[in-house]
Amino acid sequence: MLKTGNILQTLSFILLVILSLNRYAHASDNRQQELQHLLKHDCGSCHGMTLKGGLGPALLTDSLKDKPDELLFITIKEGRPGTPMPAWKKLLSDSDIKSIVKILREGLN
Amino acid sequence: MKKILPLISILLLSACSSQNLRGTGDLGLIIERAIGQVQLVEHTGNTSLATIKGLGDLSHASIVYSRDARYGYVFGRDGGLTKIDVLQQKIVKRVIQSGNSIGGAISQDGKLIAVSNYKPGGVKIFNSDTLELIVNIPAVYADGKQSKTVGLIDAPGQLFVFGLYDASEIWVVDMKNIEKPVITKFKDIGLFPYDGLVTPDGRYYIAGLFGEDGLAMLDLWHLEKGVIRIMDHYGKGKEKLPVYKMPHLEGWAMAGDKMLLPAVGHHEVLVMDKNWKQVKAIAVHGQPIFVMSRPDHRQMWVNFAHPRNDTIQVIDTETLEIIKTLKPGKAVLHMEFSPRGEHVWMSVRDENRVDVIDTETFEVVKSLTADKPSGIFFTNRAHKIGL
Repeated sequence: MLKTGNILQTLSFILLVILSLNRYAHASDNRQQELQHLLKHDCGSCHGMTLKGGLGPALLTDSLKDKPDELLFITIKEGRPGTPMPAWKKLLSDSDIKSIVKILREGLN
Repeated sequence: MKKILPLISILLLSACSSQNLRGTGDLGLIIERAIGQVQLVEHTGNTSLATIKGLGDLSHASIVYSRDARYGYVFGRDGGLTKIDVLQQKIVKRVIQSGNSIGGAISQDGKLIAVSNYKPGGVKIFNSDTLELIVNIPAVYADGKQSKTVGLIDAPGQLFVFGLYDASEIWVVDMKNIEKPVITKFKDIGLFPYDGLVTPDGRYYIAGLFGEDGLAMLDLWHLEKGVIRIMDHYGKGKEKLPVYKMPHLEGWAMAGDKMLLPAVGHHEVLVMDKNWKQVKAIAVHGQPIFVMSRPDHRQMWVNFAHPRNDTIQVIDTETLEIIKTLKPGKAVLHMEFSPRGEHVWMSVRDENRVDVIDTETFEVVKSLTADKPSGIFFTNRAHKIGL
């Protein structure tokens, strides 16, 4: 009897973990969408909504192919002194910035 | 006879509709930036009349109007220049004139349309009737490089004025003789001019500088005096905040002998006296983008850069105090006043809405649905210098 209780407990614990993982996945999906939106509409105010450039340079996959991930990361995080590119670290976490670099590599859909 | 009756009624109906005349003075176009279309609206009853599709990439798009206020010229980011007939509610002409453009202007006589391009950097001037190219002015500077051009406006005397973002220059193009444009170039005006405006009387051209403190000013009545720096004391010794979106200078506000404009890198609206000296800095909610005067100049409405762009603040121009803070919703991108200022329309981009707000009671009078709306342009711009 005790054993069944244990199994039930374990099962419900596993279920809980699965549920919370699922929820976490949803949350990060949402964040992903927010970042896509940010990139398109807010980064887009200087780099163009399709990222083909404006006052700021083009951010198309092709135009960035010679730039290492670290450079993109640090540019977003710290900005580029001497240009209008601001540091985004107050608004974006490191993992946000990594996601943005990934989106830039894959191209905005 | 049975067959003819419907035919007669159709004929009668179409005769009636051709009698259905209307003016254009209460019309306007709203940019729906993400799907390449504009919405035609009217501000007598605050309704949407039509959607006009097929305008390409409309991020940062803007519009000027012909002097008969019948045609709107839409400047798209993808270099598209589109002429829209607001009476027939359709595109009458469209050309792709560059790879990447940022805005345009219409000449004093209404016959020329100038477009400011990033790529290839320069300004192109077109016949406003046919959209045929009349003059191409590459913004060539050091070593034959071409600069992005910004802050293009029209001014009295058939002038177009613009800044060269990469070259720290301001150029004045005199188009009195379209065969022989006269270009006057002003160099070393300050680092990164990012936008420009002309005062409503058409006399002073002022460029905002991103790379330095202060503003570059040119007296168009006295080009011989050259470009002078105004407000150059501003910002020194203060750490600037990150600017997540460049402010706009268009629509900045003059009220009596005071002028209000957005600070760059500070959450402030600056007040200048008529000698171009800063007399006050008003602390506001965020980095201001547009500081726009209600047509009677009694109020100034301010919107803000990402991430504080869900808010609007209203400043009383007599007391220079904030009298109202509104939260219309996520991403308020632009505002446009009805010609006599009883209402202001605003785009709430991320909520796919345009709100019409009473400027005395601050109540929402009407909400229209729009897809990612940005700029709102009413036809009364047709008769304003610099718009």
